[in-house]
Amino acid sequence: MGKRVLLIEDEPNIIQAISFILSRDGWAVDTHADGRTAMDEIARRAPDLVILDVMLPNRSGFDILADLRADPAMQALPVLMLTARGQTRDREMAERMGASRFMTKPFANAEVLEAVRELVAT
Amino acid sequence: MAIGTLTGSRIRERRTLLGLKQAGLAKAVGISAAYLNLIEHNKRRIAGKLLTDIARALQVEPSVLAEGAEATLVTNLRYAAAALPDIGAEEARAEEFAGRFPGWATLVAAQRRRIGHLERTVEQLTDRMAHDPHLAASLHELLSTVTAINATASILVEPGEIEPEWRDRFHRNIHEDSQRLADSSQALVSYLEATGEETRSTGTPQEELEAWLEARDYHIRAMERELPVDADMLVRDAPELTTAAGRELATAWLNRYRRDAEALPLAAFQKTAEDLQWDPGALVEHFGTGMAGILRRLATLPTPRGAGRIGLVTCDGSGALTFRKPVDGFPLPRFGAACPLWPLYQALGRPLAPVRAVVEMTGRDRRRFLAYAVAEPVGQPGFDAPPVFEAVMLIVPGDRVRIPEERGLAVGTSCRICPQRRCAARREPSILAEAG
Repeated sequence: MGKRVLLIEDEPNIIQAISFILSRDGWAVDTHADGRTAMDEIARRAPDLVILDVMLPNRSGFDILADLRADPAMQALPVLMLTARGQTRDREMAERMGASRFMTKPFANAEVLEAVRELVAT
Repeated sequence: MAIGTLTGSRIRERRTLLGLKQAGLAKAVGISAAYLNLIEHNKRRIAGKLLTDIARALQVEPSVLAEGAEATLVTNLRYAAAALPDIGAEEARAEEFAGRFPGWATLVAAQRRRIGHLERTVEQLTDRMAHDPHLAASLHELLSTVTAINATASILVEPGEIEPEWRDRFHRNIHEDSQRLADSSQALVSYLEATGEETRSTGTPQEELEAWLEARDYHIRAMERELPVDADMLVRDAPELTTAAGRELATAWLNRYRRDAEALPLAAFQKTAEDLQWDPGALVEHFGTGMAGILRRLATLPTPRGAGRIGLVTCDGSGALTFRKPVDGFPLPRFGAACPLWPLYQALGRPLAPVRAVVEMTGRDRRRFLAYAVAEPVGQPGFDAPPVFEAVMLIVPGDRVRIPEERGLAVGTSCRICPQRRCAARREPSILAEAG
């Protein structure tokens, strides 16, 4: 069985597209759409990588990232942040808070795939 | 001769310039030609509603007639100099400049006003771009939808086979998302067009409301009737209220006007106010209502013919002026903060304790006024929220009440154009060179 990716995103059609391209590449993809319960889901699924949207219902992706980095068991988990707010300020904040990679929407499918491969290989 | 005493001469000059007969102007404002003749020869003092009516008939600002075009112009030149102090404009020679080159001086003042409006427009747009949650949410929605379409379309155009079931699903998704994109784009365009409406207006919503009230001398007859007209209907077609925000402010103002009018019906209140010589303290005792409502009601009574107008200002807990009814000789700042010495702010610092003070406006003619102020809570207080106060100040001119002989509190309009140099309340230097 391939490595596991947990996609935390609330746009159903983005979820379908990313799930498709990753599954086709051999990844096992789980999805989750709510910010408030995202930490529980990460703990339950124990993925090899998390793709995390910033603007989620009920809780921001930045807050989830902060919790992940504060938890010794999750500190090393690769996190690819996705956001529609491509401002420098957001990028800097993501880097400061320990995001492994930061991509702005709209992104190219190939870039997402490449980033996932690189982050899990390292 | 002091400013104000030549009002009649200015009326005559302006009337002649427009080619109007004395009888014609007198008829237009509802007075006899003989009375107008006395006014024009400075044998009768004129202020209040009659001055406003004559100014409207002569198509000028009342202050131009009361203080002369030059005084208004010089004040505006001082604002222009205050805006760019580093230029080193010879502020002390502003009057000489206005007198020798009235055309150029008017141009400088007009440019300053125009720049002020443009600065406010830019500020509004910048605020909107940076902080407007609706705009941020709309753009986020657009980008998310574009991302979904882009990611899905990329899958479909890539070489290689896709199972028919997946292909159909992606086609459906693209169709749905393109519809969503069209809808959200349209919503965004409508929203930006509404923004344009707000920023095309020449002033702030508050200025729109004040212009609307100025044209009605701050007395709304329709709200005094037993069965009042609906506030929304009154503001809907008002030409001065060009923005939704202006109309909203006006509706709120009218609803409060109505509540005050119901508590203090016009006929009874007007007669008692005259009997009690416009004394708010005595009126509170007589009617048993709150002080702030009495002050607001006094400021919205019709101004008797030939009498000076009563002014009113209100501010919120931050001290920002939220309403201005101007009064001759007591200029109210259009932008920025007012003079911290105003009784309005003393009242704000001592909620519920009324303040009465004789005030003297710094400047050339040092006019004296009797000011009454009080701060009262807005709405019902709750356990989990800080109390919200609003302060209100009534400004009564000397021709309406006897002002006590006591030494008046020297107050200004705002620090930048106040000549009172030694002032504990000063927050920034004055631009007035002759400050002493």
